Amino acid sequence: MNIQAVQAIYRFEMARARRTLLQSVVSPVISTSLYFVVFGAAIGSRITQIEGVSYGAFIVPGLIMLMLLTQSVSNASFAIFFPKFSGTIYELLSAPVSYFEIVLGYVGAAATKTVILGLIILATASLFVPLRIEHPFWMLLFLVLTALTFSLLGFIIGIWADTFEKLQLVPLLIITPLTFLGGSFYSVNMLPPIWQTITLFNPVVYLVSGFRWSFYGISDVSVGASLVTILLFLGLCLGTVAWIFRTGYRIKP
Amino acid sequence: MPAVISVSKLSKTYASGFQALKQVDLEIHRGEIFALLGPNGAGKTTLISVVCGLVNPSEGTVLANGYDIVNDYRMARSQIGLVPQELTTDAFETVWNTVSFSRGLFGKAASPEHIEKVLKDLALWDKRNNRLITLSGGMKRRVLIAKALSHEPQILFLDEPTAGVDVELRRDMWEVVRGLRANGVTIILTTHYIEEAEEMADRIGVISNGEIILVEEKEALMQKLGRKQLTLQLQEPLDSVPSSLNGHDLELAAEGHELVYTYDSQQDRTGIPGLLGDLHAAGIHFKDLHTEQSTLEEIFVNLVRERP
Repeated sequence: MNIQAVQAIYRFEMARARRTLLQSVVSPVISTSLYFVVFGAAIGSRITQIEGVSYGAFIVPGLIMLMLLTQSVSNASFAIFFPKFSGTIYELLSAPVSYFEIVLGYVGAAATKTVILGLIILATASLFVPLRIEHPFWMLLFLVLTALTFSLLGFIIGIWADTFEKLQLVPLLIITPLTFLGGSFYSVNMLPPIWQTITLFNPVVYLVSGFRWSFYGISDVSVGASLVTILLFLGLCLGTVAWIFRTGYRIKP
Repeated sequence: MPAVISVSKLSKTYASGFQALKQVDLEIHRGEIFALLGPNGAGKTTLISVVCGLVNPSEGTVLANGYDIVNDYRMARSQIGLVPQELTTDAFETVWNTVSFSRGLFGKAASPEHIEKVLKDLALWDKRNNRLITLSGGMKRRVLIAKALSHEPQILFLDEPTAGVDVELRRDMWEVVRGLRANGVTIILTTHYIEEAEEMADRIGVISNGEIILVEEKEALMQKLGRKQLTLQLQEPLDSVPSSLNGHDLELAAEGHELVYTYDSQQDRTGIPGLLGDLHAAGIHFKDLHTEQSTLEEIFVNLVRERP
């Protein structure tokens, strides 16, 4: 194991986040806070409570999940897309590092950044709404697993994309809609019956539900189903990454 | 001399069907400067890319210091430093950070002393806190060399290292290369500047259409394939070569003021005495003469042109 290399990649990526603090930390914190203000205060005054939780507090886990998914994907995808785009990937390929170490460095850094972001937003949210976390361990577990899984997905997208447009395609056209329709701002029980069934095919529903359960003990689907969903998705991403490196897909002719 | 890089039966066919390398066999000796010459698209960069791990070989094997580049890639790659052709750098990093990053990537513990030495050798020390985006092209080239040297490689690949670099920088760079060779580092370079290969290399390989068509000691190559020219500066200009001299390989130059005789320096009989006798007989007098060896460039152009 080339620990030095993993550290080098990890530090490089964390330094990139520090360099672009406005974009990588301040901007997601501000945009999420805006959701709290608009949805929590304006709409929340009209929807009083959902299953015993005030609306402002109800949307916190969903909002954090929304940020986790989009930030993990954009962070990790850009991290590997850019070396490919600029050509600096030559160094990574010529170095005595295994593919596992490359992924560990990039995905580890992306996941770390989003976990930190998630915790910052959680702290910010506690300024606006009364929060309680019933299952802190599970909360952290869901947080870390989601950040990790979607950073892996981002890594895959970054390898696949050969234009900046493609880089934006998946986050904009798939992840954001799925998250908005995944019960971030509402309980699945509030939907008409037919949509309740359809929405169960949206994997993000399971992520949001499990994460919300760790806060308030309420969920749309069982916690077990949430955990299985995230682990399945993690396995799928790991398999894809392994395939990418075995075949040299889009990085090594 | 033991081989430090040993390429055998190496072929590479890209997904497009283009065969960039065809059954290449090549041995690089430890501690030498080896120049790989070839026209554009001949396979120079593909060959380097396969050895350094950027491109998967289709067939054949490559050993670096005895380690297989595929099965034993960690050991093989840790011996090798690569300076790519393109100026690819992380625009927003500082010189110091990017060079330190390279050292870490190659699994070496941090060594500020070594990085300092490399930066000083390459005249980058004053720029160590500059971001790469602020550097000139020549300086970026130096940074790429510094990155390649950051992990103390035994083998250094330089892919067109002096393309787009001004004369002064080029001289400095060759000083560094000579210094490395003196410390036992093996250097493999590709270049378009044939005079560079002529000046620097110990051995020369010529690649054309994915095949190595020649590998030779530079001196031997120059001797073997070198032709010599004798130039006579005439007292009176000539309109044409007199027919009495038709038996000699003669050309007029400088608007009839010079007579150029081409001969093979390796032959026992150069034909010079006979020529001088005939000139005298024809009443042609000259005021000065000199001879010159053909350059590597001419040898190279002839070699590649001879191939079908």
